[in-house]
Amino acid sequence: MIRFDAVSKNYPNGTTAVDELSLELAEGGITVLVGPSGCGKTTTLRMINRMVEPTAGTVSLRGRDIREVHAPELRRGIGYVIQHAGLFPHRTILDNIATVPLLLGWSRKKARARAAELLELVGLPSEMAKRYPNQLSGGQQQRVGVARALGADPPVLLMDEPFSAVDPIVRAELQAEFIRLQKELHKTIVFVTHDIDEAIRLGDNIAVFRTGGKLAQFDTPERLLAHPADDFVAGFVGQDRGIRRLSFVKAAEVPLREGPVLPETSPVARARTVDEPWVLVVDEARRPLGWAAVAGLPDTGTLADAPLAPLGHTFSLVGDSARAALDAALLSPSRLAVGVDAEGAVVGVADAYELSAVMAAAEAVAAEAAAGDAGADAPGGGER
Amino acid sequence: MNDLLNQIRLVADWLTSSKQWHGDDGIPHRLLEHLTYSGLSLLFAALIGLTFGLLVGHTGRGAFAVASVANLARAVPTFGLVVLVVTLAGLSTTPVLVALVALAIPPILINTFEGVRGVDPDTRDAARGVGMTEWEVLVRVEVPMALPLILLGLRVAAIQVVATATVAAYPGLGGLGRFIVDGLSRNDYELVIGGSTVVVVLALVVQILFTALRRFVVSPGLRVSASRT
Repeated sequence: MIRFDAVSKNYPNGTTAVDELSLELAEGGITVLVGPSGCGKTTTLRMINRMVEPTAGTVSLRGRDIREVHAPELRRGIGYVIQHAGLFPHRTILDNIATVPLLLGWSRKKARARAAELLELVGLPSEMAKRYPNQLSGGQQQRVGVARALGADPPVLLMDEPFSAVDPIVRAELQAEFIRLQKELHKTIVFVTHDIDEAIRLGDNIAVFRTGGKLAQFDTPERLLAHPADDFVAGFVGQDRGIRRLSFVKAAEVPLREGPVLPETSPVARARTVDEPWVLVVDEARRPLGWAAVAGLPDTGTLADAPLAPLGHTFSLVGDSARAALDAALLSPSRLAVGVDAEGAVVGVADAYELSAVMAAAEAVAAEAAAGDAGADAPGGGER
Repeated sequence: MNDLLNQIRLVADWLTSSKQWHGDDGIPHRLLEHLTYSGLSLLFAALIGLTFGLLVGHTGRGAFAVASVANLARAVPTFGLVVLVVTLAGLSTTPVLVALVALAIPPILINTFEGVRGVDPDTRDAARGVGMTEWEVLVRVEVPMALPLILLGLRVAAIQVVATATVAAYPGLGGLGRFIVDGLSRNDYELVIGGSTVVVVLALVVQILFTALRRFVVSPGLRVSASRT
C-alpha cells in the first residue's frame, strides 16, 4: 500500500532525518511510527504526502511513485491531521470540514452536506457547525481536524501527534473514539507519536525509530513487547513491558476456579471447609456481594450474617484483558481477581500466580506464530 | 472660553455661508479635487503595497528589503518630496500624486507583509497539507487571516493621504488645502480654521468607513473577543 524503498532525507547542514528507510505498510491498518524526538518519524510521515521530499529513494502509494502526482492533487487524496489541529480560524467549523471537497470542486451545498455528516461521525453536536475554531476546546478542535481530514473519504490518513496537545483525560477519550471510528472506516492510517503507550494502544503495527532516522524494529505490539530487537527498543518500550503484554491476552483465556465462591445461604461451617483464607459471597444470581474473611466468621448461621469486606473491582470475561484481571487481583483484599460474565455473574476467581500461567501460555503461542511465519507476513520484512 | 466660542461661531458662519457651497472656490468643488487626488494616490499605493506585501509575506523572500524600503520611505518628508518632484517635473498633477503614493505605500506594505507573515505556521502547514496550491493558500487562508492588518494599513494610509493632500494647494493644484494656504497668506484665520475643519471631518469619515468595512469583511472567527463555550 505505502512503500518506502531505501528512502533518505538529508539536510544541507549535514543532519540526517531519515536514513535508508525501507518499509511497507499494509492496507487497512494503523501503523504507528514511534521514537524519541529527532528520530525522523514526522519526516517519514510527511514524505508520504510530499510535505517533505526525500533526498534519495522512492516512496510509492498503491504501486505508484508519488513523485508522478502533482503535490496538491496527491494531498487532496490523503487525509492529514496535525498536532494543534491547524484549523482555519476565519472559517466556520462546517466550512473547515468542507475544505477538501470544495478544493475538489464539489458544489457548496454538497460539500456542506458531507461536512454535516462528518461532524456527526466525529461525535460533535450539529450546533457546532456555525461556530468558529476559537470557540471550541482543544479536544473539540482535534475532532474537527479529524473530520476535515476525512472530507473527501480518502483511503489513507496521516496523523502527526494528533492527541498529544490535549490533557490525558481528553486524550484517552479521543483515542477510544479513534479506535471506534477506525472499526467503522477501515482506513490505512499512519500515526506518529512519541508516546509508546499510545502506540501500543492504537497500533496494529509499530515502527520504532531511533535517533538519526534509523528504523529499530517494525512489528506488532505483542511481538514488540515480547521480543524487543535490541536494548534500545527494550529501553524505549519500558520496564513494565511484561505487564503491558497482558493487555494482549484476553481475560476469557484466564483459568478460573470455583473453590472460594459460595452463595450467601451457605452455612458458615461450609466456608471453613474450602481451605481458603477468604470466601467470595454471591447472591442467588451469582452476583458478587463481597469478601468474607474465614477467620472472622461468626460461629453459627449463614454467610449472610458474616461481615463482608468490599469487593474491589471485578474484571469481565467479555472485553477485558488479562491486564485488568491482574489489576483486580492486586487490588482485591483476598488477592483474588473476580471474573464475571456479561450479566455480572461470577464465573470464578484467580490469583496473580495463576494469572502468570496465562502469560506463559500466550508466550508459547506467540513464539510458535513467530516461528511459523518468520519473514512471510512479518510486516515490513527485512528489518528484523 | 469666550475665544473658543467665538471661533466656533466664526467657523460655523464660514461653513454655512452660501458662497462656500458654490463655484470653483466652494467646498464641494475643492472636496471633489481633494478626493480625486487622495483616491488615485491610495489606489496606486494599494496596488503596489498589497502586491509586494502579499508576495513577500507569502514567500518570505525579500523581508529585509520590505522593511528597509518602507522605513526609508517613511523618513522622507512629504512636503519636501512634493517640492522636489515639482522642481524636477514641473507644476502638474503628477508630482503631487507621486508624493502621496510614496507616502501611502509604507503602511500598506508593512501591514500586509506582517499580516501574511503572522499567519500561524500550523495553519499554513495544514492548508498545504490538505492540498491547497500556493495560490489557494494565499487567497483562501493567508489573505482572510491577514485582513485585519491589511485594513489597518489601508486605513492609516488613507487618513495620512487625506490629511496630506492639502499640500497639493502649494503648487496651485487645488483641493481642500487651498483654503488653508490662501487663508494663511491673507491672514484670514476664518478661512484657515474652516478649511482645516473640513479636512478633519473628512479624516473622521474615512476612519468610520474603515471601521464599518472591517465589521463587514473580517471573519467573526478572527475577533479576539469571540467567547469560548
